[in-house]
Amino acid sequence: MIRCEHVFKRYPNGREALSDLTLEIATGEMVFLTGHSGAGKSTLLKLVALIERPTRGQLIVNQQDVSKVGRGKIPAFRRQVGVVFQDHKLLADRTVFDNVSLPLIVAGVGMREIGKRVRAALDQVGLLAMEQNLPLELSTGEQQRVGIARAVVSKPPMLIADEPTGNLDPQLSLEVMEIFRRFSEVGVTVVVASHDMSLISRFKARQIHLENGRLAKVAS
Amino acid sequence: MSAWLARHLQTCIGTLGRLADQRVTTLLIMLVLGIALALPACLHVLVINARSASGELNRAVDLSVYLKLQTPLGAAEQLAARVRQRRDIAEVKLIDSDAGLKDFRQRSGLGDAVDALTSNPLPHVLVVRPGKDYMAGPQLSTLATELRALPAVDVVQLDTAWVDRFNAILDALRRGVLVVGGLLACGVLIIVGSTIRAEIQSRRAEIEVTKLVGGSDAFVRRPFLYAGLWYGLGGGLVALGASALIVTLLDRPTRRVAALYGSDFQLSGLGLDASLFLLGAAVALGWLGSLISASRHLREIEPQ
Repeated sequence: MIRCEHVFKRYPNGREALSDLTLEIATGEMVFLTGHSGAGKSTLLKLVALIERPTRGQLIVNQQDVSKVGRGKIPAFRRQVGVVFQDHKLLADRTVFDNVSLPLIVAGVGMREIGKRVRAALDQVGLLAMEQNLPLELSTGEQQRVGIARAVVSKPPMLIADEPTGNLDPQLSLEVMEIFRRFSEVGVTVVVASHDMSLISRFKARQIHLENGRLAKVAS
Repeated sequence: MSAWLARHLQTCIGTLGRLADQRVTTLLIMLVLGIALALPACLHVLVINARSASGELNRAVDLSVYLKLQTPLGAAEQLAARVRQRRDIAEVKLIDSDAGLKDFRQRSGLGDAVDALTSNPLPHVLVVRPGKDYMAGPQLSTLATELRALPAVDVVQLDTAWVDRFNAILDALRRGVLVVGGLLACGVLIIVGSTIRAEIQSRRAEIEVTKLVGGSDAFVRRPFLYAGLWYGLGGGLVALGASALIVTLLDRPTRRVAALYGSDFQLSGLGLDASLFLLGAAVALGWLGSLISASRHLREIEPQ
């Protein structure tokens, strides 16, 4: 599903966030990206979501070479990747329902279908009762689950999450990770960046450890 | 197709709702646009009214045909009858020399001097009024030339020079309307553009997230285009209202001036065609201004 071959990412200020990274993540696999902050976890996820582009090397996501995806094709590309952020990036002036429905609206899904799928996604994260609330009326854990619902509502083949449990206590973190695991069980490729080793050791998933932008070790 | 239409309708109305939420700002912008658009509209009203007023005055232009002094009255009457038969003549009035002298005596206040004359120095005069469809400049000069060629005619006086001058001034004014209109159209583009830019800045987060979940450039741009459309429509309506108000306010004074000149001239408003054109142009400018601005500034916002 994701294949990196000798991927480099150098920022204009000269910092090399990824250097010579080669790895492969299979379809339906759940993978943890680990490493200190600045190790390149976020950068790799940004490359996968085409928020940034590799400086060198080849990155294939869902059989597409990202360097060959033109500006006009980026939206269609991004619809295959659900993204969850540490700060969840919800829109404060819109209800939970409206936040979650956004990916369907931009994809031109019909109104009735949107209602069904948004409720299905909210049901999967256990927030069906909250659809008319505003994000600020929810707890941090609930907000993060809304973010996950938004990432999965259009049923993308791939889900990536950057420190999704960074702001959560251990119990909530575990719940959120459980949600990700359930998605991987139904065939979604899940990549979660996290440095919470005690949490991720509880899951049976490959751990890709990055150090200074390089692949340090892979543990399973 | 219907989903697409529904989406557009939703965006269109949703945008209107958003503008209504910021009532004061929206109204101010529409007012500014309206005033900018009202200026060329009012100039246009001025020009069309001046044109129709000059047409009215044009109609009052008669040709004075002075006959040769020795022409007998009978011959003058015959000539008048002959001229009256021409297709391009509406009316011919003969002022014989005696009547002319009497008139002159009364009006000039030179009664004694006139009495001292031993013979009448005035010729017979035909006052010729061209037909309605023969009042344009070239036709008038042809008519004058033909009348001048008649054997008994001495001088034909055709005073259209001032009409020509006036028309030239009107043409210049009309060009002025175009220039002012063009400049203010640029102004409208700039106002709408900067308004849309500010809106884009204030909705940065939303734009970022929308792009992140796969919203295309066209999708992200759409609400801003509709906002531009609404601004344009509002500005156009304000401009229509303003020009109608000005015409109403000036109607009575103009009518008084016209009455003093013995005319029943009446100010006319923009008219349906020009009003529709004004509205259409306003909407198009609003849309174009937001298109330029949104295309430029939305590109700068990408998810981080």
